[in-house]
This record gives sequence, C-alpha cells and structure tokens, in this order.
Amino acid sequence: MTSISTDERLKRNSLLRRALVRPELGAIGGTAAVFAFFLILAGGTQMFALDGVINWSTVSAQFIVLAVGVSLLMIAGEFDLSLGSMVGFSGMVFGLLVIHVGIPVWVAIVLTFAVCALIGTINGVLVIRTGLPSFVVTLAFMFILRGATIWSAITFNKQPVVSGISDAAAGDPIAWLFGGKAFTGLFTWLGQQGIIETYTRGTRLGQPIVDGIPMLILWAIGLVIVGQWVLTRTKFGNWIYAAGGDPQAARNVGVPVARVKVLMFIVAAICAALLGISQAIEFGSAASDRGIMTEFEAIICVVFGGALLTGGYGSVVGAALGAVIFGVVQQGLFFTNVESSLFRVFLGTILLGAVVANTYIRRSITGER
Amino acid sequence: MKNLSFKAVLLASLAATAAMGVVQSASAADEKYVLIHHSPDSETFWNTVKNGASLAAKEVGATVTFRNPPSGDLADMVRIIQQTTAEKPDGIIVTIPDLETVGGAIADAVAQGIPVVTMNTGTAEESKKLGALLHVGQPEYEAGKGAGERAKAEGMKSFLCVNSLFPNVAGQQRCEGFAEGLGVPLGEQMIDSGTDAAEIANRVKAYLSSHPDTSAVLTLGPMTAIPTIKALKDNGMAGDIYFATFDLNPDISQAIKDGVINFAIDQQPFLQGYLPVITLTNDLRYGVLQANSVLSGPGFVTKDNLSLVESLAGKYR
Repeated sequence: MTSISTDERLKRNSLLRRALVRPELGAIGGTAAVFAFFLILAGGTQMFALDGVINWSTVSAQFIVLAVGVSLLMIAGEFDLSLGSMVGFSGMVFGLLVIHVGIPVWVAIVLTFAVCALIGTINGVLVIRTGLPSFVVTLAFMFILRGATIWSAITFNKQPVVSGISDAAAGDPIAWLFGGKAFTGLFTWLGQQGIIETYTRGTRLGQPIVDGIPMLILWAIGLVIVGQWVLTRTKFGNWIYAAGGDPQAARNVGVPVARVKVLMFIVAAICAALLGISQAIEFGSAASDRGIMTEFEAIICVVFGGALLTGGYGSVVGAALGAVIFGVVQQGLFFTNVESSLFRVFLGTILLGAVVANTYIRRSITGER
Repeated sequence: MKNLSFKAVLLASLAATAAMGVVQSASAADEKYVLIHHSPDSETFWNTVKNGASLAAKEVGATVTFRNPPSGDLADMVRIIQQTTAEKPDGIIVTIPDLETVGGAIADAVAQGIPVVTMNTGTAEESKKLGALLHVGQPEYEAGKGAGERAKAEGMKSFLCVNSLFPNVAGQQRCEGFAEGLGVPLGEQMIDSGTDAAEIANRVKAYLSSHPDTSAVLTLGPMTAIPTIKALKDNGMAGDIYFATFDLNPDISQAIKDGVINFAIDQQPFLQGYLPVITLTNDLRYGVLQANSVLSGPGFVTKDNLSLVESLAGKYR
C-alpha cells in the first residue's frame, strides 16, 4: 500500500496556530496591555468617564481614518508620505472654496474629495510609471502639498488660518456628516434622565456634557468594517495582498497590479481628505499646519497592527487597533501626570516592542528566517 | 476563548472605574492646575513661563502641569484641552492661538465650571468672550507697532520680518504692527522662516543679499533671533543693520550687550506663568479677583537696562 502524502494546501492547522499567524495578534495583545496599564495608573481619574472616553476615542478615530487607507496601501506594497500634508491641503482647499470662492459647503466637499483623489492618482501613476520607490515620490509630494497649502492660504487669505467655516457650514445638507455629532437626541435624553453628566451652571445648564458621538468615530468604524471586508472577503482583497506580496507573480496570474496600487493611493488620499474636511468643519477653520507628522503616525499605527513594511501582509482591523493604542497612549499619559514630553519616548518604546514581538512570533510560527 | 473572557473582565473593570471616576475628591489646598500652550516642544520661550508658573505654584502650595501639542498642531491642542477638561482640574491656564479653532473647547471647560485664565496669545476681548477670568499677555499688534515706532525714530525705512510662527496669527500681527509703526505696507518683507535653525539663518542671508537696502530686521523670538544673529555675523551686517527682536533669552541678552541687537521687546513671560496661578488660587481660596486683564508687556530691553535682566535671562526673564 502506497501512502499518498496529503496536499499541503489541504493541511489542517491547529486553532492556536491559526490564531498566532493572524497579523492582528500583536495588536490585540498590545491593546489589552495598554488598557491594563492605564486602568492601573489612571483608573481612578476621569479617563474612563464618558467625556474622557469620547476624547480618546475621537483622537483614535482620527488615526483610524488615516490608518485604514495607509494599511491597504501598505499591504499593496506602497507608502504615501504625503498624507499628512494632504490633511492640511484638503482642509485648506475646502476652506478657501467655501470662504473665498463662496460655493455651497456640499459642493466644496465634493470638489475637495475630487482634487485629493486626483493627487492620489498622480502619486500612484508616477510611482508605477517611473518605477521609483513610492517613498521618494510621495516624499516630494509631502513638500509640494505643504508648500502649496501655506502659499494658497497667504495668497488668498492673507493669513495662514482660514476661519469662518462654522457659519458657512451651518444648515448645509451634508456638512454635519463630517463635523457634526450623532445620536444627540439620545444623549439629551440620557442627560435628562440623570444617567450621564450635565452642565451644572452657566448658559448650558442642563445640557449633557457629552452631547453626541462625533461623526468621525462613526466614519472610523464604518471604514474599518468596509476595509476589512474588502481585504479578507473579496477577490479584490486577494489582489491587494498579491500586488504587495509578489507583484511579478501576481501579474503572471493576471492581477492588474498597477490598477490595484493606483486605486490604493486614491483610497489613502481620500481617507486623508476625509480627515482634513472633518477637522475643518469641526474646528471651523483650516490651518496650514494641520496634519504635520500624521503620515508617520499612521504608518506607526499600521505597524503596531502587524503589517509588514515590505507589503503583502497586514490587516485593517490590526491597523485600527494600532490607532487605538496610539490614541489612548497619547491622551492617557495626560491623566497619569507623566511629563508630556515623555510621550514620544513611550511611543517609540511601544513601537519597538510591538515590531519585535510581531516579527518574533511570526518567525517562530511560520518557520521563516 | 481565553481572550474573550479577558476582554469581558477588562470591560467590566472599565465600566467600574468609569462609575468611580465621577466621584471627585474635594480638598482646599493643593489645587491642581494645568497649563496648556500651543507651541511645539522646541520653543525655549516656554521654559520661562514654566519657571514662573512653577514658582507661583510652589509659593501657594498648588501643583501645575504643562501640556502642549508636540508638533504645534492646533487641532491636537483642542484635543488636549478637551481631555484636560474631562479630567476636571481645579483650574486651566491656556493660550488662544486662534479663537475659532480652540475657542469652543475653552468655552466648554468654562461651561463645566472650571475656572480658566488665558495668557500669552489671544486678546483680553477674546478671553472675556470665552468666559475666562482674565487674560495675561501682551497685545501683539500694539507691541509690534511700538517697536516699529522706535525703529522709525532712529531713521529706519525698511525691514525684514523673520516669521517662524507662520500658522499662528500672533506672528502676523507683530509683523503688521511693526510695519505700521515704521509707516510702510507689509508685503514680501515677511518671510516664512521655518523652524529649523540652519534653514532660518540661510533664508535671512538669502533675503538680505537680494534686498541689500533693508535697514532693519525683526525676529519674533529666540527661535529666529539666534540663527539671525549667526547669519548677520556671517555676512558682516552684525552691528550695522538695525535689529529688534521679540522676547529674551541669554543669547539675546548677550547680543544686546555686543551691540548686535538694538532692543528686545519683552512680554515678560514670567508674569504670564506666575500671575494666572496666583489669580486662580486667590479666586478659589478667597474669592477675590482683580477686575481687569493684565498687560504683561511690552517692556523694552536695551543696553541701558540690561544688567538686572541679564542675570535672570532664560530663567525668570
């Protein structure tokens, strides 16, 4: 009797092994560790009261919005260092369109998304056509967009901050989708029932201190769900992994690698524009220094989430958890009364720890060297 | 499964602490204040503010902690204000770099019953509008104008404004004020210097070599003054070109002594840190509050009044 060796593709892996090779593993552990850390150090403070939770959730949501785009792009094997500048640029384009061109806010939102999608396309096409590393091409756009933002602000507005967006956005049919708050009725009711804290004096007496869920949080949740679904449940998701993992092999089996990559540049640019527009509407102003360094922060979140810098491996959920770690650490340190200048030391340490742990676990499981 | 139960425990303890967090411990002395400003970590000016605030806190037996957005992004500053408000300190000391951006968050803190003193950037009117107790600061435009008038009296006709505070309206106001005092329109003389020392020095040199008839230089603080001193020494204009700067530090004092800088516009940052702590403490403990905002500057520092200033520069001046 000859033994037939089983096809390795059909081999059943143990549950533990399957759990360990998932890219999110490190991020889940990291998130748990970070929450445990702050529950011990800042458990008695307002950090875990409703307004504290909303605050760090909003900060995390800002990171998530970018991290979703960046993780998909990184899994497809490319970087975009211009995204931080894109956040400032999109806000400024939007602000100038609303305040200086005077078009309705919803038209300005649509136009801003279009402009940013176009720049994402240019980024992508340049990378594909020239064959240069995306690191270099988008580094150039990091300066171009930041410079254009400052120049246009000074030229058209005479100062680096464009104000007055709140008034323009009031009553607009879709502006609330970006800078507004959801479930305000519910929160008012909860306040009236005495379930959540309300203002105890002044002109806002009786109103709840937290009057709704910022829309950005809902956007973040929505993007994570859609992003993860596309990545893990669709053919296109496989193409993204393939384009980043081994573009040549992917091309050989008929994956339109160039199209996938350019599309991912566009998605990342749109995520940045979403953040830029949301911030402009929420704060009522567009400033030319918005988003400085956020391109790197988004990459850090994605790496926390277990993605490989070389592409082909990673997850949207992991990136989102990475963003939560980032947001919670950034805001949480304030509650522990740790000197705020130590934030970066702490962040760098976690980054290093996360990457080392991720790499070590993956190597020992997959046997790669 | 293990993971899931761990999560459940975590959630439960999270909810428990959320419930406990609502209970506030009230104690008379040992007030906790938080000072939030808008500048990136690299600006040395804030050290003097910190020293002033820490000294005041020590004197009255309170504590004060300092927070700022590491890269100077005002959107981050708003989150810091919101987070601090959630923390419910006994008082918040905060700058108003842009009313529309940070105003809402400050007004929310006031609405929650936290006493707020504004300082440094912003105006007394903005401070009042937000419901703060008072403002301690230097009116930027007027300070710039005063300096411009001084330069005009000494025969200056044109100037270069080295602006490193670009997205901050205060920088613009200082340059505009100086231009007004000098009696010239503000245009391309205001350059965006960036915040890197080597870059600033190079841009100043480049501007002065392409505009050789420039008679005065205005810098907006140590961040631009120090590289500008170097640039002027390099191109031989030190001591020849009229040089005014905002703010003081040991290098600026030395340059005044050397005759490189003609005068410094001192907004007395010590007072901007010291007075808000005292004001908050007096208000909380004794219910007394002075009626008006405080103008901490401009004071002009020249060679003549340098000696006392110099011994304290960078610490309390």
